[in-house]
Amino acid sequence: MNGAHDPHPGGPRRAGPEPAAGPAADVASYYGRPVLKSPVWEWGTAAYLFTGGLAAGTAVVAAGADLQGAVRLRRACWLGSFGALLASVGLLIDDLGRPERFHHMLRVAKPTSPMSIGTWLLTAFGPGVGAAAVWELLPVRWRSARPARLLRALSRGIGLASAATAPGVATYTAALLAQTAVPGWSEVRGALPFVFAGSAAASGGGFGMLAAPLDEAAPARAFAAVGAAGELVASRVMERRMGLIREVYHQGAAGRCRRGAELLTVAGLAGALLTAKRSRAGAAASGIALLSGSALQRFGVFEAGVASTKDPRYVVVPQRERLDAAARDRGALSS
Amino acid sequence: MTSRELAAPPDALARANGYEAPPPRVGFFTDTSVCIGCKACEVACKEWNHVPDDGLDLLGMSFDNTGMLGANSWRHVAFVEQPRPVGRQDAGLAGLPTGPSGLAHTSEVVEARLRSAPRGGSELGTTPLPTAPGGGAPHVVQDLGMPTFSRPGDTSGPETRTDFRWLMESDVCKHCTEAGCLDVCPTGALFRTEFGTVVVQQDVCNGCGYCVSACPYGVIDRRPDDGRAQKCTLCYDRLHDGLTPACAKACPTESIQFGPLDELRERADRRLAELHGQGVDEAELYGRDPDDGVGGHGALFLLLDKPEVYGLPPAPVVPTRFAPQIWRRVGAAAASFALAAIGAFASTAVGNRR
Repeated sequence: MNGAHDPHPGGPRRAGPEPAAGPAADVASYYGRPVLKSPVWEWGTAAYLFTGGLAAGTAVVAAGADLQGAVRLRRACWLGSFGALLASVGLLIDDLGRPERFHHMLRVAKPTSPMSIGTWLLTAFGPGVGAAAVWELLPVRWRSARPARLLRALSRGIGLASAATAPGVATYTAALLAQTAVPGWSEVRGALPFVFAGSAAASGGGFGMLAAPLDEAAPARAFAAVGAAGELVASRVMERRMGLIREVYHQGAAGRCRRGAELLTVAGLAGALLTAKRSRAGAAASGIALLSGSALQRFGVFEAGVASTKDPRYVVVPQRERLDAAARDRGALSS
Repeated sequence: MTSRELAAPPDALARANGYEAPPPRVGFFTDTSVCIGCKACEVACKEWNHVPDDGLDLLGMSFDNTGMLGANSWRHVAFVEQPRPVGRQDAGLAGLPTGPSGLAHTSEVVEARLRSAPRGGSELGTTPLPTAPGGGAPHVVQDLGMPTFSRPGDTSGPETRTDFRWLMESDVCKHCTEAGCLDVCPTGALFRTEFGTVVVQQDVCNGCGYCVSACPYGVIDRRPDDGRAQKCTLCYDRLHDGLTPACAKACPTESIQFGPLDELRERADRRLAELHGQGVDEAELYGRDPDDGVGGHGALFLLLDKPEVYGLPPAPVVPTRFAPQIWRRVGAAAASFALAAIGAFASTAVGNRR
């Protein structure tokens, strides 16, 4: 273009708080103002990413425990799943601009909208978890009554069916974030679903380790360990593939959350493999580390995306590079 | 929806969305080369659509005190001061005491305020920015570097004089052929009208905010005190009565032109050729190409510099394009999650039996 003139009023200026390195330093912008709108979602949506994953992770542990007859693991995990689900629904409705209209989500089913798909996944997932949790809450002396036996038969069936939708609940949130114009979320679309799946498994297994006795918690330990290892690997892969947005994943609140998440997940994984088999306290500590690591991972990814919308460089630089590359290709063809 | 379908009949977009015998697709062509920055479009839009004010704010962005499109600003006039002439024009400044623009100084003030804003300046077009750090209480007068008693350049001498041009551009919702906001809306509040435009149904929107993050242009936003998403409707109500949208009606220089989209595209091509013929080589069309990342705009622009100079993304892609890739990944991740759970229980069951 016109190398002779100044692309920015008042001189080519970097945009945003951090000094930019390399060619991005003289990116043209409109007074450094952001190109995108920063997400209107607040901490509730970030917290939901965690509670939704926890509800899904604990549901599959509960269902497995039910099939294996591990009564206390089953009970703890159905109740944990139900609690996380109630928190999720509360957080999601609270973050709406018009909470009283939450049911408008049920007007349509739109395959192009990950939020619509998620709404219907939660609608399929929720009742089974609720029914299973209600049965777990029934006092023992009522359980032999005929209506209670009927409830048990019913809740077991739909509870297990819920667990079948849990993998969708655990991972669709990655699509929710990735299918946006937010560079910090869109550009990690390849690895983010695996990060979130691992994070959900680590939190679900971690909850089982925290809440169930040692002799029943073996599957929870295994699930947590596989999840934590998967999350750590996927998170590293995600990081390696990042371009300019690597900055937002390293700086500020997002960077702190992600570093904390990695430390806690490594600690929780080590605990699950080494001490959680023998020591109740070790199992509980590992479980708490995994739960906190999972939560911090979600907040880290959320905050990184928010930060990437506040600086026009993250939008303009990759798009300008794509345009320039296309122009070079055209030039190469015509010459 | 492909660009091939669009290239043919002018009502193809509406037909693809289920309308029988729709009118032709309409839009705007905003020719920034004749914009005089009067902001009549901003005012007419607010008046007709009852868009509330967003507070008095002096931004220090030249004459732009709106800042950005937003829930309360459906038209936004951008002002860019540049030390260079338009095309081969003579700026006519020889012998005048016209020094450099005071913009460098005022921009420093606004940058600090952008940085200290909770949404990094995305709240422009909805609410005023907070006072800069150190600026103190709102009643404290800020030095925006506005000219005082001496004329610009009087004190600095002729050696600082520069060529000068002023870019003005009235920005608006692009009414994309492939609209990210519409695709992600989970309530069906956002819909494609029979005119091929994109409109929010205010009685349906529940303020989930997904559209805000799905728009690659940063146009649509949630109105804080109302909770619902708001943006340009291309005056849907006026279109029904065969009227021109309020902004185009009010524009005194025909910088904003309204009409059937295929006609506007021809007009834009003619105007671009005319400007290039006059030596304004930097003129380019924005949103004209039906093969771009959003399938082309319903609202085209003729710009006199790169899009990012006006605060526009240079080559945006609608997020929906990535959906197949994303869902394949999500499917693989969900399968891994399920396998991990089955494996965890199967391995411990085997372990117990031994």
